[in-house]
Amino acid sequence: MLGMSANSVSYNEQGSVESGVDAAQENSSIPASISSGGAASSLFSADYKKNEDLKEMLESNKESLKLEAMKRIVGLIAKGKNASELFPAVVKNVASKNIELKKLVYVYLVRYAEEQQDLALLSISTFQRALKDPNQLIRASALRVLSSIRVPIIVPIMMLAIKEAATDLSPYVRKTAAHAIQKLFSLDPDQKEHLIEVIEKLLKDKSTLVAGSVVMAFEEVCPDRIDLIHKNYRKLCNLLVDVEEWGQVVIIHMLTRYARTQFVSPWREDAVFDENSEKAFYDSEEERRVDQSKPYIMDPDHRLLLRNTKPLLQSRNTAVVMAVSQLYWHLSPKHELSIITKSLVRLLRSHREVQYIVLQNIATMSIQRKGMFEPFMKSFYVRSTDATHIKTLKLEILTNLANEANISTILREFQTYVKSQDKAFAAATIQAIGCCATNISEVTDTCLNGLVLLLSNRDETVVAESVVVIKKLLQTQPSQHSDIIKHMAKLFDNITVPMARASILWLMGEYCEHVPKIAPDVLRKMAKTFTDEEDIVKLQIVNLAAKLYLTNSKQTKLLTQYILNLGKYDQNYDIRDRTRFIRQLIVPNEKSGALSKYARRILMAPKPAPVLQSAFKDRDRFQLGTLSHTLNSQASGYLELSDWPAVAPDQSVRNVEVVEPVKEAGAPALSKSKPAKSNEKFYSDSEEEEGEEEEGSNSEDSSSSSSEESVRESESEENSNDSNKSSSSQSEKSSSESDSEKKKKTLKNKKLQQQKPDSKDRKQKNGNAVKVESRSESESGSESSSSESSSESRSELDSDSDSGTDQKKNTKPKPVQSKPVIKVEKKEVSLLDLDDFSPAPVTTPKSSILSPNLLSDLQGLLISPTASALQASSPVFVPETSHELLHRMTGKGLSAQYRFTRQPCIYGNSMVSLQLTLSNRTDQALENIHISEKSSTGQNIHRFNAIERLEPQASVTVSMGVDFNDSTQTANFQLCTKEDEFSVSIQPAVGELLLPITMSEADFTKEQGKLVGMNESSATITITPENVSSQSVNRKVVSVANLGVIPSGQENIYRFAGKTVSSGSLVLVSVALKDPDAMITINTEKTVMGSMLLRQVKTALTNSGP
Amino acid sequence: MIHSVFLISNAGDLFLEKHWKSVISRSICDYFFEAREKAVEPDNVPPVIRTPHHYLINIYREKIFFVSVIQTEVPPLFVIEFLHRVAETFQDYFGECSETTIKDNVVIVYELLEEMLDNGFPLATESNILKELIRPPTILRSMVNTITGSSNVGETLPTGQLSTIPWRRAGVKYTNNEAYFDVVEEIDAILDKSGTTVFAEIQGVIDACVKLSGMPDLTLSFMNPRLLDDVSFHPCVRYKRWESERVISFIPPDGNFQLMSYHISAQNLVAIPVYVKQNISFFETGSSGRLDITVGPKQTMGKTLECLVVTVHMPKVVLSANLSATQGTYNYDPVTKILVWDIGKLNPQKLPNLKGSLSLQSGAPKPEENPSLNIDLKIQQLAISGLKVNRLDVYGEKYKPFKGVKYVSKAGKFQVRT
Repeated sequence: MLGMSANSVSYNEQGSVESGVDAAQENSSIPASISSGGAASSLFSADYKKNEDLKEMLESNKESLKLEAMKRIVGLIAKGKNASELFPAVVKNVASKNIELKKLVYVYLVRYAEEQQDLALLSISTFQRALKDPNQLIRASALRVLSSIRVPIIVPIMMLAIKEAATDLSPYVRKTAAHAIQKLFSLDPDQKEHLIEVIEKLLKDKSTLVAGSVVMAFEEVCPDRIDLIHKNYRKLCNLLVDVEEWGQVVIIHMLTRYARTQFVSPWREDAVFDENSEKAFYDSEEERRVDQSKPYIMDPDHRLLLRNTKPLLQSRNTAVVMAVSQLYWHLSPKHELSIITKSLVRLLRSHREVQYIVLQNIATMSIQRKGMFEPFMKSFYVRSTDATHIKTLKLEILTNLANEANISTILREFQTYVKSQDKAFAAATIQAIGCCATNISEVTDTCLNGLVLLLSNRDETVVAESVVVIKKLLQTQPSQHSDIIKHMAKLFDNITVPMARASILWLMGEYCEHVPKIAPDVLRKMAKTFTDEEDIVKLQIVNLAAKLYLTNSKQTKLLTQYILNLGKYDQNYDIRDRTRFIRQLIVPNEKSGALSKYARRILMAPKPAPVLQSAFKDRDRFQLGTLSHTLNSQASGYLELSDWPAVAPDQSVRNVEVVEPVKEAGAPALSKSKPAKSNEKFYSDSEEEEGEEEEGSNSEDSSSSSSEESVRESESEENSNDSNKSSSSQSEKSSSESDSEKKKKTLKNKKLQQQKPDSKDRKQKNGNAVKVESRSESESGSESSSSESSSESRSELDSDSDSGTDQKKNTKPKPVQSKPVIKVEKKEVSLLDLDDFSPAPVTTPKSSILSPNLLSDLQGLLISPTASALQASSPVFVPETSHELLHRMTGKGLSAQYRFTRQPCIYGNSMVSLQLTLSNRTDQALENIHISEKSSTGQNIHRFNAIERLEPQASVTVSMGVDFNDSTQTANFQLCTKEDEFSVSIQPAVGELLLPITMSEADFTKEQGKLVGMNESSATITITPENVSSQSVNRKVVSVANLGVIPSGQENIYRFAGKTVSSGSLVLVSVALKDPDAMITINTEKTVMGSMLLRQVKTALTNSGP
Repeated sequence: MIHSVFLISNAGDLFLEKHWKSVISRSICDYFFEAREKAVEPDNVPPVIRTPHHYLINIYREKIFFVSVIQTEVPPLFVIEFLHRVAETFQDYFGECSETTIKDNVVIVYELLEEMLDNGFPLATESNILKELIRPPTILRSMVNTITGSSNVGETLPTGQLSTIPWRRAGVKYTNNEAYFDVVEEIDAILDKSGTTVFAEIQGVIDACVKLSGMPDLTLSFMNPRLLDDVSFHPCVRYKRWESERVISFIPPDGNFQLMSYHISAQNLVAIPVYVKQNISFFETGSSGRLDITVGPKQTMGKTLECLVVTVHMPKVVLSANLSATQGTYNYDPVTKILVWDIGKLNPQKLPNLKGSLSLQSGAPKPEENPSLNIDLKIQQLAISGLKVNRLDVYGEKYKPFKGVKYVSKAGKFQVRT
């Protein structure tokens, strides 16, 4: 208590002194307007004296006194008072041991260093020392302050510090370095080149902490260098869910821009759908039409982005939700857009300011896509307690949403608003009614009548606004409404608002032929009051006079003369001008030229009705969610969103670890076995294996989406149907294409009813279910622990509206298409499943250090069939079948299984990549498991790193590479533990010695033409009826051999292509169905392999099993 | 990004400024004052104001304007959300976010702002991290600090800052482990003159107070999760499990936090717990009016309505009100033109009624529209949507915590048009 009171006393003291200062200030020069009191203007004697005692306190030996002084100085800074003359005294304390004192000194330094550059230099050495401190917090804060001191002399020092910090072990320090980049850039833009180097380095950083900050730096320093993003694109997508929320916003905005430069428009199909006119246009041009009808295939990277941002719609941070929404708006296919609606509507419950921004964006969206927000129309109903700008925005949106179906509801709602006490809002409502009336012809009359009723309203603004709106409406169909014009003429005397009076006069003049008796009378009245009218009214009187003179000169000639004379001597030059002009035009005299002949045609020309349109009409030229959009004008630093490129730029630029040109090497290498790296992450080693499993299945996933393009189109339709339902089918809608495909496929499979037995099998352990359709096996690992996450995510996709208990049931028949098991070995406690935020397991951000990039790389390898050259692609299908390498009985408790991952091997181009699962079935730990150095056969084997220790009942997965040299000869080697040595052998199936490639159909035929004669082997088989469908043929073939599917133009011919791993020889397989027969042709230089493969494909296709 | 922040009281007193890049003169706020003046009501100040060289983005909270200065393009919601986060942090630290508390704690405020932004980009906004860096003021601590000379500032980097769960600090220990959840639902509704529902929806939040040791992993499940139409979660919640199983699985932050918010849309039928019979009329002659309001219970599911308050924003011409209430008290503020009738607990046997006359400014035309009524109420032990928490499981820790769930329904933006 004592301390507290002492404290408060000292504050009071300070307060009283300051209030004195304030008083002094007010008495002196500056008139005390609320905003006065600039920082620099407070150097007064009292102030000076007080600073003397602060100086003394700072120079004392007592820490507490110094701290007290610093606190008071910070108080001064906060108030905007000048404390710069204390600089020398403060700077001395920069090396203080007391961390709070030090921090306050930092605050001071940053504030005043710019003004006292020379003195600030005294502190630099302290920071340089602190940059080497073992405590990361101190290193980081030293860098923060050093870079915040805006003194040009220290630019080189800053540069050095940033470069060093960028390689710091602590991600926190690296984050600070990323911030420092921006600071240095604003201090000295000449450093740009060097800074870009640092940015490039930091962009490669895999820490979620750094990602947001470095992207921010990128946006500020070199937003045009998108080439720096290519390699990091997939990583950023995958890390996104785990980045802190502010970083997410920045990254999402950057990726939106990036995606618009790199992918082709997903809107093409829609355009054909929606606009018949366009279709007709293409009809005439045969070529274009063909082009158009080609199904659009979304780049997997594009899909990756959409998929990984979707869960962020559930973020509590409104900026993140808005960022994702704008990303979907600018990037997603139109039919997927509806998922953002709910989230945006949710934001309307947030603070007033948030509402304002969100409503603005909704207003822009609702112009283009009414359907999105129509179901939520009632959320935009106005409450009397809303702020005015919120009300007007809601009104705007309601107007945009109005259509024939809901207009009556909206108009009823508007009726309430018109009576609002907030007159500005009432006026806005009337305009809105006018807008509805013009847009929806059915209600034009109703609206007009309603507006006429409002003319007798007591409030001036309401009446005025009504008149103006009626005027606009009448212009569209004047002849039918002469009674309304008459009514308005009657009301004329009571209306005082100039704009309204002017409007009525204009109407009279324009349609004087419809009211031939009233118009001259109105003119007569106006002649009397001409001098008292407002300018705008006077101009219209002159107009009216002129028009009447032309149509009815008998009655109005004198009146017109009189008015023109009044106008001639008016004070306003506009009116004098107009009068002079009109007189010359209408009154024939000798001087008037050819024009007066046309006076009637000039004045009485039919005028087009004004188009009432939304103020948000052209807002969409700005990226949604930006400041520029809010202001409707380009803010400085706004980066334009580019149009979609007509042709997608090279996709391979996003592949990360390119070992050599894609053409030869196939896919980029996978670095599966660098456990050391994974320590850098927050994930435990146990995840590594999961990563691998995931990886394999991932690529399966992505490529399966390509193999089934044919289904794609109908699916997207299905998708859009789904999305129209306002039910909770959200997840389904937005799930990736491959997901929805799977669903579809699943349905089919259900019909076939052939998968049932296998789905039971799937529960079996790895390896003992070779025949089992291997897709279902991707789940096999799940037995070891809770398989919830995987199986449930599946069921959820399939049957999103089922209750929890149903889900389990539903899953059963479906695992045929089951997705990779992600967190197979998840422990209850582990935090890993935080990553599971992403909707589809495919892209689970980072279960190990290697996987994120790799996964995505593999996805990226999938190349759309439009690409002409033959290119390596990721495997269409990865069997989960494991083969036994070492039985636990022979292995004395060590059991080993291997499996072909079908990925390009990272250890060598000619190697086949294998995944080994070693399990310890004994009750003691096994140590030092490795492959012996001596290989008994000639094969080149890349061994896995020795496993130090394998706990009892534990298992570990490692990967290795074997160069089979394109032969099916077994690879023999010794698997060793500390005590024992076991001879094992791997016998590869011929299909595993291939790598899939993709090429165009034309290339395929060309290549096939080169490989005839003895290079061709073929066979005719009778295909089992179940296998006739395109899917089953594809599936059968790719499960036998690692081949890529070539899109076929002919319906009954299926083509597959691959190349041998070692020599890279082409292997082309084609299956031609001629019901009930099928002709299998295999073309390859490797004739032995060709015939072996033929045999296997034959067996597969004649087998009625899966 | 964010260049500077100025705090301005409702009265127009600029009482704090903080710059993250080079100093911007406070005269920039003149543009704000101009807009403030034009807007009349503080609520009507446009959140984004353009000046020749800068953009001002402001929020209004607890009678304070937080005005930030922006120089280049930035998503406006980014800034708005951040400013709200700042206000929430102040509230968290000082109990309330008001001009006085900020002035009293100016040093801590400054230290906080320093930590929250670096070069205008948010650095640490999680309250758990901030609290490790800068400890909130307590009487005990300031006493200890003056005696021992220790400080309020942490010396090491908070562990949360580096982990994937930045919201939780490491090494939490409690002797009593407890977890409480408050399910708070608000009914937003517009009723028309005849009492028909024009629009109604339910907005709910689940506030949690979790004081558990170690690293507990909680799972909260509902009896009827399908009710929830749209949800948003604290970052700690695993979205995936919600997607697949409709359970909320999370490692909680330490202390108080908002676990999730949800939305039950207008498509579902929303129970309206109260009805209002009202008759407000203004006479053409004699510059007076009459007011008669009766409130009664409707669908309350057998619970009592509490804290019932009726607020009426009267038209400007109403000078005074001479009313009598059968229950509760009423108060008419002739300056703001707000009539507040505080009823309290609703007794279904004897419905509260407010009746009497209004006197209008003489000579002024009678108001055209009757003022709408805003209703405030509270129902304890009931979630009006019917949402029910099924169970809470704790994994990863051995102790058996004390668990509790409380339900409460309130009126949100509940408006009756007349």
